[in-house]
Amino acid sequence: MAIRLEPRGEVSQGMIYGSPLVAVAATLVSGLVLFAILGVSPLDALFTFFISPVSSLDGWTELFVKATPLVLIAVGLSFGFQANVWNIGAEGQLTIGALAGGGLALLFFEAESVLLLPAMMIAGILGGMAWAAIPAFLKTKYNTNEILTSLMLVYVGLLVLSWLIHGPWKSPDGMNFPESRLFHDQATLPVFVSETRLHIGWLIALAVVLTSWIVMARHIIGFQVKVIGMAPMAARFAGFNENKVIWIALMISGGLAGFAGMIEVSGPIGKIQPMISPGYGFTAIIVAFLGRLHPVGVLFAGMLMALTYLGGDAAQIELNLPNAVTGVFQGMLLFYLLASDVLVKYQIRLGPSAPIVFKAGPSK
Amino acid sequence: MIPDWLTPAIMTIITASTPLVFAAVGEIMVEKSGVLNLGVEGMMIMGAVAAFAIGVTTGSATLAILFGALAGLVLALIFGLLTLNLRANQVATGLALTLFGLGLSALIGHSFVGETFSGLPKLDIPFISKLPIIGPLVFGQDVLVYMSVASVFFAGWFLNKTRWGLVLRAVGENHDAAHAIGHPVNFVRMMAVLFGGSMAGLGGAYLSLAYTPLWVENMTAGRGWIALALVVFASWRPGRAIFGAYLFGGITILQLHVQGFGVAIAPQLMSMLPYLATIVVLVLISHDVNRFKLSAPACLGKTFHPSQ
Repeated sequence: MAIRLEPRGEVSQGMIYGSPLVAVAATLVSGLVLFAILGVSPLDALFTFFISPVSSLDGWTELFVKATPLVLIAVGLSFGFQANVWNIGAEGQLTIGALAGGGLALLFFEAESVLLLPAMMIAGILGGMAWAAIPAFLKTKYNTNEILTSLMLVYVGLLVLSWLIHGPWKSPDGMNFPESRLFHDQATLPVFVSETRLHIGWLIALAVVLTSWIVMARHIIGFQVKVIGMAPMAARFAGFNENKVIWIALMISGGLAGFAGMIEVSGPIGKIQPMISPGYGFTAIIVAFLGRLHPVGVLFAGMLMALTYLGGDAAQIELNLPNAVTGVFQGMLLFYLLASDVLVKYQIRLGPSAPIVFKAGPSK
Repeated sequence: MIPDWLTPAIMTIITASTPLVFAAVGEIMVEKSGVLNLGVEGMMIMGAVAAFAIGVTTGSATLAILFGALAGLVLALIFGLLTLNLRANQVATGLALTLFGLGLSALIGHSFVGETFSGLPKLDIPFISKLPIIGPLVFGQDVLVYMSVASVFFAGWFLNKTRWGLVLRAVGENHDAAHAIGHPVNFVRMMAVLFGGSMAGLGGAYLSLAYTPLWVENMTAGRGWIALALVVFASWRPGRAIFGAYLFGGITILQLHVQGFGVAIAPQLMSMLPYLATIVVLVLISHDVNRFKLSAPACLGKTFHPSQ
């Protein structure tokens, strides 16, 4: 008896949506083992990690606050991933977006204009786009791998941030701490559930999800993105401009990442500080895959990933566990997802292998 | 007259380059077999934390090095099972490996923050190790530096002079043809992936045992990704990879020294140099599309299934 993988005739629609559920279940089971190894009661820990953070209205609003950047970035990344454009430098684009948007708030520090916030948003988007334009330019002009260039620019972006807040942008009345001045009210995102931190960024993220759903399903760009990803040869014969799609994918993902950065500094943080994001740009990669590269899927996946951040904080406070547990959960989830995705294209067969069938003509 | 600072300067360049040599040579072997493992950063950081944890608790450098390599190997095994046996997307799995490695290493390393390791013992041959310049440089290194150089020669010899090296290259260039004449494609690839993993683990071990003998979260700081760029820079040749690694080690040390000389540039801007240099090098190597395609293994990143 042997276990074999046999290709399915066509992809299983059921498994496309079933495999994220399998992955979440497997992650929870592994979580039990992990907590047992760390020496805490597994069921209590799982409750603290996944249930207690969302057992109040306050918890839910915090979940949406954390989900906002994840959803925004992952929606953008999904565009590119479908076209095999691997922008993995969203963390850097987020940082530069935060600096562009936040920089405007510092530049017009005393401004009492309602235009300041929209201007900051545009600056954030443009900042992220500019940072993503570098890999796009190098990829289309010099054939340079966008994975490596976009990632290198993450480190450069974080160093730009560090340089600015240790130098030119350091708060004059901040007791020499490396952070900027607190933004004025005019430069802060309005909160729409009083007594919480839930700002209008969440509503914008929902609007972005809806818009990109329509674009992917109805607009020619959405179609081209999918064809280039699934059948690059066919796309070339159809005359789709591959470079244009690379640019569009990077501009959308970069712009949304930059926007997410601006929202972070202008929303929950309210100033520019050494750490703007706890790795949202990287976690968003997991969100995109878990959400099946579909905007609505990304919305739910983003909320689940936001929960792992809240869970990590809760586990740190209540169980005294290092909050690196969050990263382990996120990594495990992606592993299990990739493993169970095999069942989308293949089925498991037991027993000896099928007789070899010779097909006429080239098989590929 | 030889300036006093020359020998220590070259010594620090060697220290900064050695982790890159390990990781790049390992990844060359992996990519030559047609597999793209983007998880080098994750395997390195796991090697770093495992080596440091074992080194601090047992006090044995040998055990520390072994466990560093083992940690990289275990992570590579996960990658191999997912991409070769379950045919998962190699790019996504490599990213998962890095994210998982960074998280797990932070969790394991949590209780080792603030501890220090005594460092690796250096070779000390009476008289010879005291010779000017070549004494300390050639006869006064620690065991991992020698291993890193040896690995370059080994990889070059294995790939170009042995039968299995030929099989490995055949699998990477055309897996269907290699399969048709009876070579075990996925077995060869798994062996290459495991080798690459243990090499990345050794590179990480060197970081936490010798380069900065302590544990800091995310201490690899992108070196795994730089190693991936070095593979492209080296056109998949081990001999060029060590040259590239030393070039990058040199740039890293140069920017530290420029700061030391009191040049009025913000340290953050100087620290950007290795990352910017990586981008520049990638552009220079990749812009000639035809030459690039000739040197890259033809089946790089493609999934193999015998029935298709």
